[in-house]
Amino acid sequence: MIPAGFEYHRPADIRSAISILQEHGDAARVIAGGHSLIPMMKLRMTDIGHLVDLQAIGELKGVEVGAEKVTLGAMTTQAELIGNAALGAKIPLLREAALQIADPQVRYVGTVGGNVANGDPGNDMPGLMQCLDATYTLVGPDGTRDVAARDFYEAAYFTARGDEEILTRITIPVPAMKGYAYEKQKRKIGDYATAAAAVLVGGGKASVAMTNLSDTPIWSEAAGAALAKGDVEGCVAAAMGAIAPSEDMRGPIAFKKHVAEVILRRAIAKAQERAK
Amino acid sequence: MKDEVTSKDRAAGLKGMGTSRKRVEDVRFTQGKGNYVDDIKLDGMLFGDFVRSPYAHAKVVNIDTSAAMKVPGVLAVLTAKELAPLGLHWMPTLAGDKQMVLADGKVLFQGQEVAFVVATDRYAAADGVEAVEVDYEELPVVVDPFKAMEPDAPVLREDLAGKMEGAHGPRKHHNHIFTWEAGEKDATEKVLSGADVVAEEMVYYHRTHPCPLETCGCVASMDKVTGKLTLYGTFQAPHAIRTVVALISGIAEHNIRVISPDIGGGFGNKVGAYSGYVCSVVASIVTGKPVKWVEDRMDNLMSTAFARDYWMQGKIAATKDGKITGLWCHTTADHGGFDACADPTKFPAGFMNICTGSYDIPTAYLAVDGVYTNKAPGGVAYRCSFRVTEAAYFIERMIEVLAIKLNMDAAELRRINFIRKDQFPYNSALGWEYDSGDYHTAWDKALKAVGYDALRAEQAQRIADFKAGKTRKLMGIGLTHFTEIVGAGPVKNCDILGLGMFDSCEIRIHPTGSAIARLGTISQGQGHATTFAQIIASEIGLPADDITLEEGDTDTAPYGLGTYGSRSTPVAGAATAMAARKIRAKAQMIAAYLLEVHDDDLEWDVDRFVVKGDATRFKTMKELAFAAYNKAIPGLEPGLEAVSYYDPPNMTYPFGAYICVMDIDVDTGEHDVRQFYALDDCGTRINPMIIEGQVHGGCTEGYAIAMGQEIAYDEMGNHKTATLMDFFLPTAWETPTYTTDFTVTPSPHHPIGAKGVGESPNVGSVPCFSNAVHDAFRHFGLVQSHMPHDHWRIWKIAEDLGLHAE
Repeated sequence: MIPAGFEYHRPADIRSAISILQEHGDAARVIAGGHSLIPMMKLRMTDIGHLVDLQAIGELKGVEVGAEKVTLGAMTTQAELIGNAALGAKIPLLREAALQIADPQVRYVGTVGGNVANGDPGNDMPGLMQCLDATYTLVGPDGTRDVAARDFYEAAYFTARGDEEILTRITIPVPAMKGYAYEKQKRKIGDYATAAAAVLVGGGKASVAMTNLSDTPIWSEAAGAALAKGDVEGCVAAAMGAIAPSEDMRGPIAFKKHVAEVILRRAIAKAQERAK
Repeated sequence: MKDEVTSKDRAAGLKGMGTSRKRVEDVRFTQGKGNYVDDIKLDGMLFGDFVRSPYAHAKVVNIDTSAAMKVPGVLAVLTAKELAPLGLHWMPTLAGDKQMVLADGKVLFQGQEVAFVVATDRYAAADGVEAVEVDYEELPVVVDPFKAMEPDAPVLREDLAGKMEGAHGPRKHHNHIFTWEAGEKDATEKVLSGADVVAEEMVYYHRTHPCPLETCGCVASMDKVTGKLTLYGTFQAPHAIRTVVALISGIAEHNIRVISPDIGGGFGNKVGAYSGYVCSVVASIVTGKPVKWVEDRMDNLMSTAFARDYWMQGKIAATKDGKITGLWCHTTADHGGFDACADPTKFPAGFMNICTGSYDIPTAYLAVDGVYTNKAPGGVAYRCSFRVTEAAYFIERMIEVLAIKLNMDAAELRRINFIRKDQFPYNSALGWEYDSGDYHTAWDKALKAVGYDALRAEQAQRIADFKAGKTRKLMGIGLTHFTEIVGAGPVKNCDILGLGMFDSCEIRIHPTGSAIARLGTISQGQGHATTFAQIIASEIGLPADDITLEEGDTDTAPYGLGTYGSRSTPVAGAATAMAARKIRAKAQMIAAYLLEVHDDDLEWDVDRFVVKGDATRFKTMKELAFAAYNKAIPGLEPGLEAVSYYDPPNMTYPFGAYICVMDIDVDTGEHDVRQFYALDDCGTRINPMIIEGQVHGGCTEGYAIAMGQEIAYDEMGNHKTATLMDFFLPTAWETPTYTTDFTVTPSPHHPIGAKGVGESPNVGSVPCFSNAVHDAFRHFGLVQSHMPHDHWRIWKIAEDLGLHAE
């Protein structure tokens, strides 16, 4: 559990960070909270010659809560997200999910940007952001572009982000749907989900996403459409058709599928109750 | 009347036995001021790290260290080739087997030590490890002990070829280690064949790991000028380690000083000898510098000693009204690639023959077959006396299985089979003499405390509600009455590597009436500095706060066999009381001289000798301490100190009654421990607060083991649980709330009547949690399901019973 040697960079602005990425190419990686990256480095499963720490970059911080949308700086920690009362009032689903991530110590350091950008199927925020129809802002050598969370994830640890791009901001439209729920089954505090479901519902609309049940988060348009019409069975069937869990120490595939359905139904029931 | 109050007050001021004295150790532990092995930093200290095998079974064709030697900071790379001329490429295990220190031509488990890289710091060592190139040729892997015993199974231990006589008798197969038997085979089979009822079941106690928060490690420092080796390490038995090092290294024992500093939990993981110790010593001799080796968490979970992995096939016979008439057990014990169990020499299956438990079972038979597989070696007593957890789990599951067969309440079945109070001392069918017990009293107290009948009524209602579709949660009531056997042990039948399992205490009283005591044991969190001072305080009347306690330095502490198997209080605690009594006896002679009376005219009163019939004439222990150094007393040597080496006449037999109430979500496999009641009888209670803490800790380990903790391998022998993501170590969040209770049945042969408690809660809680899971599903047809009862396995029980059907 000792990483190989690396150079440590601590740029003060995004432009400098990108130029370090340009200079070192594949050998450089940005680090936010480090909860995914540092274990991989300690296990020597990833070889990083240049570590670019983003924590000194002020423009990556901050939460703006507007009437129509919310923007989160990528370096916003889970604890800051949880502690922001205005945000909690505007999008309570975010807070409900963040409180189910790991433990307080992890949440003081772990960031929203790191959680969504890494492409780890176990992370909670990617599915949540798909459910919320968030947009990620990526800044690279060629400028700034926006990618929908629903288009961002390609495979486990593979995303639409280019090697020289940095995910700087997350923009979330304030959902019109009043009912919300994030339900998660896990073995213990700090574990990834055995199955988790994010549900928004209300006013004839709905959105449904699931976590750690495939190599990417699963947002099912059909499931949302069915739930929008009040068709719970159709919603569940569509979501279950979209997941493809794999066996691990949490259990075999049949178990995960069963639990996924139970968790989704619980999330739907809770969200529908809150929508009333 | 007034005097009595005064005596009581004086006794209270001593903070002796029975006081919930705060742990004196915690001042430093809670302030980050502990001194653990990894805190030790010596001038010029180097760091060693292992190249480990990625394969579970492979030939080592070639090891190329040339690239590693070029890594900046790397000074040496040891392989079996370097160790062979010293005869140190293999080492003896505590179980009579031998074990590779570094891979000698092959590897037998994933994570096995292949080469030892010595560098200027641990970062350079890790870089060096990565640069060592090893060519392996994969061999067929056996992870299943039953497959290992098939005729055409791969040969794991070529070094044993042709050796059909092992350390514990004949070997009947190339992967067989030993067969160990207790009881009467023919008589038991006869009882089984003629019984009204026989219940039969395979009870598997899965492989798990003690996983102490501090991993194993050491610092070896060879002083080439004095020829003296100092070895700091996480040793549960520092004196035994000194002797072992002397025997295998050839360094004279007086030139070896072993020091166990603060230890962050042992739980059996730190009893045995590991490759890291040997390699650090060799590296220090070779380089002339101190060498540190400290495991990381993955090293610890993959390579140092695991616990359990016992397949226990059981048969239990009874009359139709539930009186047990016989017990039969055949165990297949998976020991991994080497037999590195840490059991007393004559007990290769530990005290598994305590498996008749708390019950009066007239006829019994036990056979244990030890088997090699391509898994890590070990089989240590994870917070239990040797294999006692396995035995307790086995009998407490068999009782439940029998209750199902008889359609009886399991609490009542236990009650009618308990050994009665008037039967003690009780000779069990498998060869133990239980010293004392009062099981019926404890059991009735426990059932009453939890409101057992009301719980059963609630459960019946829950079952009805479940069947009516009103709930998806079932309720389980887990029962356990366990009997531990601890305090190894009498030298006549307990030794490790020929060292009798006595223990020791030396007490020196200072002139001003304070004291230092040194013991042959070593605390790993048990609070010895707190509790042993309390024993002395009560015995000699000096305040516990004025008594320093030291352990772990073999240059200063008297020889002892160390701390494991709940032996510290039963053995070293007895030695402490005996040494204190020697001091009191000398103090009495001093008092007699000073008071000008005969010894027999004095009586002891808390902290002083008083002239019988005249309470105004007395000498306090503090006064007597000064007199011992100050007065020339005819016929008495100056000074006031004593040492005792205590060979216990018998084991002690703590017991307990545990009850768990658990709700289980049939659809997700999740559980909620609603109530956990733990009644322990550990005889005389030295520090009730420490006992409570021990029970909480042991129950939490038991909870982990029963409900999720395991060491798992895939068919290729890949270790699947080498991090705390997959190896379940509960946090405060998952940990249930416990209610503790007690009865007191003192040990008749122990000087203060104490029996030991540290391990009881692990022994008792595992079957209790497991029985709760089983009980929840009993009414739907479940008889036996293997631990750990994690979410998916509980879900699988429900699935197999058809409880998920629409």
